[in-house]
Amino acid sequence: FAGLADVSISEDMPVEGEITVPVGSRSPDEDYSTLDEPVRDTIMRDLKAVGKKFVHVMYPKKSSALLRDWDLWGPLVLCVSLALMLQGGSADSKDDGGPQFAEVFVIIWFGAVVITLNSKLLGGTISFFQSLCVLGYCVLPLTVAMLVCRLVLLAGSGTVSFVIRLIVVVAMFGWSTLASTAFLADSQPPNRKALVVYPIFLFYFVISWMILTFTPQ
Amino acid sequence: MATVDDLKFQEFDDAANLLAANPDATTISIDEPVEISKNQHGRLQEPGREEDDELLGTDDSDKTELLAGQKKSAPFWTFEYYQTFFDVDTYQVLDRIKGSVFPVPGKNFVRLYIRSNPDLYGPFWICATLVFTIAVSGNLSNFFIHLGKPTYHYVPEFRKVSIAATTIYAYAWLVPLALWGFLMWRNSKVMNIVSYSFLEIVCVYGYSLFIYIPTAILWIIPQKVVRWVLVMFSLCLSGSVLVMTFWPAVRDDNRRIALATVGTIVLLHALLAVGCLAYFFDAPELDFPAPIIPAHNGTTLITKS
Repeated sequence: FAGLADVSISEDMPVEGEITVPVGSRSPDEDYSTLDEPVRDTIMRDLKAVGKKFVHVMYPKKSSALLRDWDLWGPLVLCVSLALMLQGGSADSKDDGGPQFAEVFVIIWFGAVVITLNSKLLGGTISFFQSLCVLGYCVLPLTVAMLVCRLVLLAGSGTVSFVIRLIVVVAMFGWSTLASTAFLADSQPPNRKALVVYPIFLFYFVISWMILTFTPQ
Repeated sequence: MATVDDLKFQEFDDAANLLAANPDATTISIDEPVEISKNQHGRLQEPGREEDDELLGTDDSDKTELLAGQKKSAPFWTFEYYQTFFDVDTYQVLDRIKGSVFPVPGKNFVRLYIRSNPDLYGPFWICATLVFTIAVSGNLSNFFIHLGKPTYHYVPEFRKVSIAATTIYAYAWLVPLALWGFLMWRNSKVMNIVSYSFLEIVCVYGYSLFIYIPTAILWIIPQKVVRWVLVMFSLCLSGSVLVMTFWPAVRDDNRRIALATVGTIVLLHALLAVGCLAYFFDAPELDFPAPIIPAHNGTTLITKS
């Protein structure tokens, strides 16, 4: 620093210049700013995401789209429609009827939360809401089964209709369980997979039982 | 001033030889804690109680205590604390279930299978399965019993699920709590060698309920005799597991209290089974095959009962 000892700037000399911040590319926030787009675009984007996940459930391949961008709209819609379709069952005495709307709701959501907690406690690496998302979306085959059952029951409620309903519900139950296992199994420690899959099996079994035992008034 | 010789390294003799040379020297012995306790237990045991070792679990109980102390060290408000209760693999859960269904005479369930690693996975999911199995089987059984009647209209009886859930979870958690409190109280009065933690008792009770799952499925068969035989059989199996677990814990107590405790355990277990059978499963109709009564004029008369 010996060479700079002589440098001095007198206080009267104005210092001027330009200060510019070099702007390289557009800041990444501008790409995701959705405040200015029309409302239709916002809604359509969410609807498309939900629809894409429905397709993923019906044809379960190991894709991470379902896991990465979780949302709970689909499970909510499925749960509400399933609970609504389970209404109107035989309820001649108030104690012996089918499940009430609140009971279906509670069973599905509380069951999904318990299964998620179970898999996390066993050492799973999936996040809480991702797991809820997968379990909720995989109720789709069972909702389809409920729809089919109600249509079959419109035609009649004899043995033939029961056999048809049984086959449809069993097939959809298998589909739901396999779909959710395909998505969730990878995130579990390898020697505990059966411990995590069994509660999922029980969960969909209970929902299938509710669907199968639905009898109209 | 120490001489040069004193500062040289000297080989030390065996402790026994040194002590023989200088009997009054102060000695410090540092032993591993496990070995000390093993020696102590060895001295305390009478020769006739060797076969009880396996029931008492005293040989490696200290070691397992040390291991247990190292494991559950997370504070109770963190998630990791609860993860320690789910630290089981699939084969361990299956082994524990097998141990609850096939009691090996003379082996203690807690010592053999739990080994200071009580888990909450088994009790919770066995209870959940049992709740739904009883509700579904009861519904199915009632359906088959009343099938032919023209006035019967099938109802899913969904209310019974919540009743079943309350009963079974209360049994699986409140009875162990009461039993644990009772054992702690007796421990303060009489020094018992064996004492169980609350979670181990919950574990035993939870796994002992497993036998009722296939029993409930078989209760669909609408025969009274079959159902009661099943009750007796499952009660014997799981009751014996419970008795063999808790007998060593109360054996050193007053004879009558010990017998009363074990008797209460078995009685409550039986009450659960019989209560579930009575409430969820309707009594099967008496369905005798039509008896053939020879009438006076030789033709047979068939009556339906």
